[in-house]
Amino acid sequence: MADVSVDIRNVVKSHGAITAVDHLSLEVRKGEFFSILGPSGSGKTTTLRLLAGFEHPDQGDILIEGRSMRLVPPNHRPVNLVFQNYALFPHLTVFGNISFGLEMRRVPRAELRSRVETVLDMVRLTSKQDRLPAQLSGGEQQRVALARALVNHPSVLLLDEPLGALDQQLRQDMQVELKAIQEQVGITFICVTHHQEEALTMSDRVAIMNHGRLLQVGSPQEIYETPASSFVANFIGVSNTLVGHIRSLNGSCCGVMVPGLPKAQAIVARPPAGAGVGSPVTLLLRPERLHLSREVSLPGFDNALEARISKAIYNGSEMQYLLSLADGISWKARVPNAGGGQKRFLPGEAVFVRWTVDEGVVLPE
Amino acid sequence: MSRRRTWLLAASLGNLLFLYAPVAVLIVFSFNASRLSATWQGFTLQWYRVLAEDEALLAAVQNSLLVGLASTVIATVLGVCAAVALERCPFRGQRVVEGVLLLPLVIPEVMLGVALMLFFVSIQLPLSLVTVTIGHAAFNVPIVVVIVRARLRKLDPALEEAARDLGASAWQAFRCVTLPLLMPAILGATLLAFTISLDDFIVTFFTAGPGATTLPLKVYSMVKSTVTPEINALSAILVLVSMALVGASLVLQRKPVRA
Repeated sequence: MADVSVDIRNVVKSHGAITAVDHLSLEVRKGEFFSILGPSGSGKTTTLRLLAGFEHPDQGDILIEGRSMRLVPPNHRPVNLVFQNYALFPHLTVFGNISFGLEMRRVPRAELRSRVETVLDMVRLTSKQDRLPAQLSGGEQQRVALARALVNHPSVLLLDEPLGALDQQLRQDMQVELKAIQEQVGITFICVTHHQEEALTMSDRVAIMNHGRLLQVGSPQEIYETPASSFVANFIGVSNTLVGHIRSLNGSCCGVMVPGLPKAQAIVARPPAGAGVGSPVTLLLRPERLHLSREVSLPGFDNALEARISKAIYNGSEMQYLLSLADGISWKARVPNAGGGQKRFLPGEAVFVRWTVDEGVVLPE
Repeated sequence: MSRRRTWLLAASLGNLLFLYAPVAVLIVFSFNASRLSATWQGFTLQWYRVLAEDEALLAAVQNSLLVGLASTVIATVLGVCAAVALERCPFRGQRVVEGVLLLPLVIPEVMLGVALMLFFVSIQLPLSLVTVTIGHAAFNVPIVVVIVRARLRKLDPALEEAARDLGASAWQAFRCVTLPLLMPAILGATLLAFTISLDDFIVTFFTAGPGATTLPLKVYSMVKSTVTPEINALSAILVLVSMALVGASLVLQRKPVRA
C-alpha cells in the first residue's frame, strides 16, 4: 500500500519476564497525526523506542516507508524523536542543537543555515538562536526539541509525551500549535501520550494500548463514542456503567435487565453484534449525555431512572452532579452552565435521569 | 553570636592551625636569611635563587613533570574508557571488575610499590622513568574512573540517544555530546592525577632506576644530609603548586551538568 508510512507487523518485545509489547500490529498512514494512548506500563513508550531503533523486536518486523527496519541502527532510520524531557544538548546553543542532525549528515553550510533558519522561524525562536537551553522557558525548550527533529525532514516524527512537562495553559496552546505545524509540514506524526484530551484534540487517529496489547484504533470520535471495551471507555473520559443481561431482543433494540433496579425498568439499548437473550452485557453512558429533570414524564427519551443528587459541584463552565441510583450505583452527570441558573439541582433532591437508545453503548461482557 | 557558634569557630580554627601551621612555618622560613633554620634573621629570596641554579634539582623537576604528564595522559585515557564502559555498558561480572579497578586506592602504597617493582623485574623491564610512569598511571586510573563516573551518572542517557536519533554514529555521539559534557570532570581528574604523580614518593622509590630521580626522591636525598633553607624554598613551591592544582580540580568538578 502506497499510503502506509509505518507498518508494525506482529511485534513482540519483552523486558525480562515482562512482555512490554504483545503481538502488536498497526498501520499508520502517510501524513497522519497518530497517537498511541495508554496508561503507564501499557507498552506505548516501548513501541516508540522500537520505531526509533533504540530497542529491537523479539519477533515481528517494522516497516517504515516500505523498508524493513530490522538491523537498521537509529542513525540510519528516516525517523526523528522528540524526547520526553527534550534531551537538548546543554553545551550547544539553540542553533547548535537544531543544526546537529544536519551536521551529522554533512549537509553543506549554506543549505544548513537556510534550513535551520526556516524551522527557527516556524517555531518562532529566531531571536533566541544564540541562547543555551538552560536560558529558555519550558515551552521554548519544547519548541527547540521539535525544531531539532523537524529540520532533518524525517518521514516520520515520533513524539514522546511531547507536552507532558508543560503547565496546563501552555499545554493547550501547544496542542493547537503542534497540530498546525504537523499540517504545515505534512509529515507523519506518531505521538505517545497518557493524556487523553491531548490525543483526542490533536490526532487524526488514536490507538489505545494496555498491557502491551492494542485495544482499539479509530478516529477520536469513534474511540470516544463507540469504545470497544469498558477499559477504553473509562480511559477516555468518564463513563457511567450498568451491568446486566439481555432480557428481550427485538430487531435493533434490546431490553437489558439490571439487577438492583426495579423489575419493570428494563433499559432499552442497541444490542451488540452476536448477542442473544440472556447474554451478559455492560451499558456505558457518557456523563454529558444524561438529561436531568424534575418532571415525572418527559417525551423524547427511551430510558428514565430515578436518582438522588448526592453532590453538586460548580466547575465554571459546567455543573457536575454525583447521582446515587438504586442499589448503591453511583453515576456522574455534567450539565453545561448555559446561563439563567434555573436548572440547578440541589444535593438531596430527587431527579429523573433520561437518555435515548442511541446514547448508550452496550458491550458484551 | 551564640555560645555554640563560638565553640564551632574555635574548633575550626584549631583544626586549621593543626593542619597548616607546620606548612606556614615552612614557607615563612624559606625566606629566612639564616643558614640555620631555627631562628629568624631577616627576609631574603636567596634560597630561591640557589634553587634556580641547582642543576641536579632542575633535572629532577624535569623528570617529575615528564612522569606526571605521561602518566596522567595514560591514566586519563584508560580511566575515561573504563568509566564509560562501567556506566553505560553493563556486563557480567561488572561488580568484580569495579572492585579490582578501585583496589589501588585502598591497598597500602608500599605494597603497590613493591608489587610493581617485583613485576617489572620479573618481566625484565629495566627500572627507569618508564617504569615510574607506568607505576603512577596504575594508581591514577582508579582516581580518574571515580571522578569521571560520578559525572557520567548525572548525565541523562537520553542525550546520547538524541544524538544517535539525529544521525550520529555511536562514536560521533560520544565525541560530540558525551565527551564535551564530561570535560570538566576529565580536566578535574587530570589535574588531581598530575598532582598526585608530582608528589608521589613511595611508588616512585620502588620503581625508579638509577638516574630516574624525581623531585620527591631528590628532596629525600637532600634531607638525608641536612635540612637547608633551600629545601624549605623548594617545599614552599611544591605546596603552592599542589594546592593550586587541587583547587582548580575541585572547581572544575563542581561545574554543573546543565549549563
